[in-house]
Amino acid sequence: MATETRGPQGFEAALARNPEAVAEFTQRKSPVQRARQLLHQTPSLVPLIVLVVSISVFGALLGQKFFSAFTLTLILQQVAIVGIVGAAQSLVVLTAGIDLSVGAIMVLSSVIMGQFTFRYGIPAPLSVLCGLAAGAAIGFVNGTLVARMKLPPFIVTLGMWQIVLATNFLYSANETIRAQDISAKAPILQFFGNTFRIGADEAGRGGAVFTYGAVLLIVLVLLIAYVLRQTAWGRHVYAVGDDPDAAELAGVQTRKVLVTVYTLSGLICALAGWVMIGRLGSVSPTAGQFANIESITAVVIGGISLFGGRGSVLGMLFGALIVGVFSLGLKLMGTDPQWTYLLIGVLIIAAVAVDQWIRKAAA
Amino acid sequence: MEPILKARGLVKRYGKVTALNNCDFDLYPGEILAVIGDNGAGKSSLIKALSGAVKVDEGTIELDGRPMSFVSPLDAREAGIETVYQNLALSPALSIADNMFLGREIRKPGIMGKWFRALDRAEMERRAREKLTELGLMTIQNIGQAVETLSGGQRQGVAVARAAAFGSKVVIMDEPTAALGVKESRRVLELILDVKRRGLPIVLISHNMPHVFEVADRIHVHRLGRRLCVIDPRRHSMSDAVALMTGAMAPEKLNEFA
Repeated sequence: MATETRGPQGFEAALARNPEAVAEFTQRKSPVQRARQLLHQTPSLVPLIVLVVSISVFGALLGQKFFSAFTLTLILQQVAIVGIVGAAQSLVVLTAGIDLSVGAIMVLSSVIMGQFTFRYGIPAPLSVLCGLAAGAAIGFVNGTLVARMKLPPFIVTLGMWQIVLATNFLYSANETIRAQDISAKAPILQFFGNTFRIGADEAGRGGAVFTYGAVLLIVLVLLIAYVLRQTAWGRHVYAVGDDPDAAELAGVQTRKVLVTVYTLSGLICALAGWVMIGRLGSVSPTAGQFANIESITAVVIGGISLFGGRGSVLGMLFGALIVGVFSLGLKLMGTDPQWTYLLIGVLIIAAVAVDQWIRKAAA
Repeated sequence: MEPILKARGLVKRYGKVTALNNCDFDLYPGEILAVIGDNGAGKSSLIKALSGAVKVDEGTIELDGRPMSFVSPLDAREAGIETVYQNLALSPALSIADNMFLGREIRKPGIMGKWFRALDRAEMERRAREKLTELGLMTIQNIGQAVETLSGGQRQGVAVARAAAFGSKVVIMDEPTAALGVKESRRVLELILDVKRRGLPIVLISHNMPHVFEVADRIHVHRLGRRLCVIDPRRHSMSDAVALMTGAMAPEKLNEFA
């Protein structure tokens, strides 16, 4: 019969004599390690630095032509739609998903807003609400398929992209509603295309020009940043993207979080559809074909991890602006537009490489 | 005395595998019940059934005499059963305070909390710090640091503190000392006894026989998906317990406390 001790075992007596301090590692950190630590804590810092550097470089090369309130706010106007769709994409990517149907939802919603007004004579504000509801409903279907049926988000939204786009062409009969008709009969559809100027000269030229769409982008991004950081729902979005099983066991209603994320994504895309009518003036079923790829580009360059749970929506805004700065800056320099795509491709790969490098800070 | 947590005839099948085969379970108020068993005996399935993480195919679970039907861990938590899972169920990128309050966040008082749903970070951090200090785990410098920056033992401490802080009826601990060093294990064992002194019953799942025999009042031996017997740690040796759970020895009585 082996001897057995009940209660603390003999070797544990040594614990009484040990100092209370646990192992402390006062390793000196190199500047590189410290930088990595900082970037790990504030993931939107990388795209912000890249944005500031690229604005400075183009400003130095092009001078007043680029570095003016007018040009800089023009960039903001140009990225408004991609930025709003990117905000929707950010929410989905934070849950370790992806939404390929964002562009299609945006177009279909704008077509519904237009056709409901002009085909059925429904008052324009009501049509806008119908468009927004349609976007949210498609998002809800996406979310339900992902959360309840456990289908991969990539496949669900790939299918939904085709379904929604085909519906869009079938329903609209490929017919564009002209800008003159809209501004005559239903100007509210073009609401987000309205502009106001700050600091223009006497003739009304120059100065900072803001469309309501650009203002919406800023407000929306700030609102989502607040919700993600300061509310329980926002923390749950990160927890679900990080480790869904752990989140579920810890008491997060993961399925509910996923359904609300996709529904919200659909709603924001519909909002982008409304902004798009303002930008184009007309309602066109063939517009916004690349919004899904462009929004994913903004998200990735903005430092949001495609594996979920890391990044911030502010980073996405910086990512969208970086793309805008490159596009307009290179255009003003008169280069072939292919150089823009080439550089953005490099940026995407670099952004993911930086993300991997930052992750090592945690290990 | 009536059991506070009672299960009868639990059955759980995964395809062709029967993880729980007509299993019974009793936990009495104020006791520490250890659940031991070989790998694959169905301990984890039993624990998951009691904590709401899996839904059983057959059988009943009663808490305080009231029949329960848990469909999610949230149900069990609302009923007052807290669980420390073996994989800890922590979100690496979130802070210690965020993790401790995951799913039951505190909102700010007044308009900010009610209309803007703002979290009361200061209050959550204060309470998290208080709990961790109670457990002697405040070697962690910064309560706002991400859980992924903690060592394995510290993570375990956060998970145990979370359960101890919120459990109101039953605390279930699945292998709470498995990842810990000698000193941290000792802390967790003291904590278990501390929780017991406060009147909360504990279910302890462990492979560590010295730990089991040190703190348990009764030992539930699990074998082949069901309760083989319940033994008194004061009347048996650790080798007896190992013999019973591996099938090398047949139990004399099914329940030594009956």
